[in-house]
Amino acid sequence: MIGYVFSRLLSAIPVLAGVAIFVFLLLELTPGDPALIIAGDLASPEQVEAVRQALNLDRPAYQRLVGWVGDMLVGDFGNSLFSGLPVSQLIAQRIEPTLLLSLMAISIAVLVGVPLGLASAWWPRGYLARFTMAGAVIGFSVPVFVVAFGLVYVFAIRLGWFPVQGYPGLSGGISGALVALTLPALSLSTLYIALIARVTHASTLEVLGEDYVRTAHAKGLAVWKIALRHVLRNAGVPIITIIGIGFAALLGGVVVTETVFNIPGLGRLAADSILRRDYPVVQTLILLFSIVYVLVNLAVDLAYAALDPRIKY
Amino acid sequence: MTNITSSPEFTPRQKRGIARIDAFKQRPVLAVSLAIIFIAVLLALFAPVLTTDPAHINPIKRLKPPSSEDWFGTDQIGRSVFARVIWGARVSLLVGLMVALVTTIVGVAIGICAGYFSRLDSVIMRIMDAVMAIPAVLLAIALVAMIGASPLVLVIAISLPEIPRMARMVRANVLVMRAQTFVEAAVTCGASVPWILRHHILPAAAGPILVQATYVLASAMILEAILSFLGAGTPPDVPSWGNMMSEGRQFLQLAPWILMFPAICLGLVILAVNTLGDALRDLLDPNLSPAAGKVGDLQ
Repeated sequence: MIGYVFSRLLSAIPVLAGVAIFVFLLLELTPGDPALIIAGDLASPEQVEAVRQALNLDRPAYQRLVGWVGDMLVGDFGNSLFSGLPVSQLIAQRIEPTLLLSLMAISIAVLVGVPLGLASAWWPRGYLARFTMAGAVIGFSVPVFVVAFGLVYVFAIRLGWFPVQGYPGLSGGISGALVALTLPALSLSTLYIALIARVTHASTLEVLGEDYVRTAHAKGLAVWKIALRHVLRNAGVPIITIIGIGFAALLGGVVVTETVFNIPGLGRLAADSILRRDYPVVQTLILLFSIVYVLVNLAVDLAYAALDPRIKY
Repeated sequence: MTNITSSPEFTPRQKRGIARIDAFKQRPVLAVSLAIIFIAVLLALFAPVLTTDPAHINPIKRLKPPSSEDWFGTDQIGRSVFARVIWGARVSLLVGLMVALVTTIVGVAIGICAGYFSRLDSVIMRIMDAVMAIPAVLLAIALVAMIGASPLVLVIAISLPEIPRMARMVRANVLVMRAQTFVEAAVTCGASVPWILRHHILPAAAGPILVQATYVLASAMILEAILSFLGAGTPPDVPSWGNMMSEGRQFLQLAPWILMFPAICLGLVILAVNTLGDALRDLLDPNLSPAAGKVGDLQ
């Protein structure tokens, strides 16, 4: 098991190296003088020079790449060109709402998606099944910000149950933070619910036809026990897989949702930094998101073993 | 002698036509989806004829609700929302189609290289993994912001995150086909690589490629709207659904129609394209799992 975790972490290195090189190339792709573009049209020659110094643009590319990777390995992610603050400090300030938002969205998605998928496979001809399958296609098709504006219009503007935007922070009490994040988490989870419901439906349908499910029924086991112990556990591997794969969509959705709801999180920071070409912040954030994605998918692979004793690492 | 041709006989062409109508009757959802796509394409094509100038400003009629005169109402500087929605369809569909085309061509080429030439396989797939590990939205806005907004950059920026999924799917198909006995036989007979690709491998992969391209079209339209919404997509003077929603959000309370109509149109068209993709998938390969291909639909 530990050996497997270790080898998986090793195999993540080329992927992350690829991401790092790619992010690095982004600056090289910039037509003309990157310092001039980053500093903007209104910058004085001194400001342009300062940007050039900050990014070491006067040195050859390979030296900068090596220097950047070396700095990161010792925990130095550079300073924001916009605010001058260290990137690590910026990220630390902004991470709380993003973590909370992602956790809420995943919880909602699992708590809604799995039961919906299970029930629609259990009663495949019922109204719930039809509703779920139609809802899943709609969930795939409606962009996250359209869902967000729909929810804001109905629940914040018309009904006034939730704030339209903003995030008070956990320091102001947990309930305030949770209420502020309810609508963002709901809009973020729509796509995820659709994915999970669809995959749960498909994999449950397969398991329901198995002999051991019939046996469980025949020996008079309570339905909920059959559903949890026999059906869901055996249908679990594809469901866990989709949760890992869908995580990429979740991270992208965070960027959009935080912008719509004006939440000062990492996604918002990423979008703002990209638009103001705050290059050190962009580099670090894209790398951070990729690391999270790779780690989540490693966790998913490890969860297989917990669900299915036939899988051993 | 009885005349055996007296009963009404249909020519093969008519028979196919009838079979088609029956197919639509059995699939009302598919028929509606195709109708929506068809109407959207027509409206987009004939936008200059059908509507007034989308940039025409009429300060007297600002933030007016939908009426018989302005079907979708007017925006904060008195432009017709209806005209802008119709013109926005052009941007959305054009970008979507271009991205689907670019993704298909590049993705198929990469997938064939990875699947057919095992030496390139692991290098190519690691690069694809790296691209997939970056959230699509971030990747696309970063490209547009760093290289500069132009239609070409926009199409490339949206295609890039879509390519790995297409490449992976093609690669998997190529690997399966390569192991088939008749392909081995062709290799033994000395058939060239392009010949084998054209006669054995590509025909088998064509169905899944078409289905995947449909999903790419839908997801590209979503991504274009997101980019425009975040301010890194189509320039503000071009009416696109994402731009309209980005402007309309400030007036959500006063004039919800500015945001509502482009949102509904975007949702409807994407829903129709996704449904078309599902129908194509069921038609071409009933064995595919229901969520295959859509899995990473980026938002």
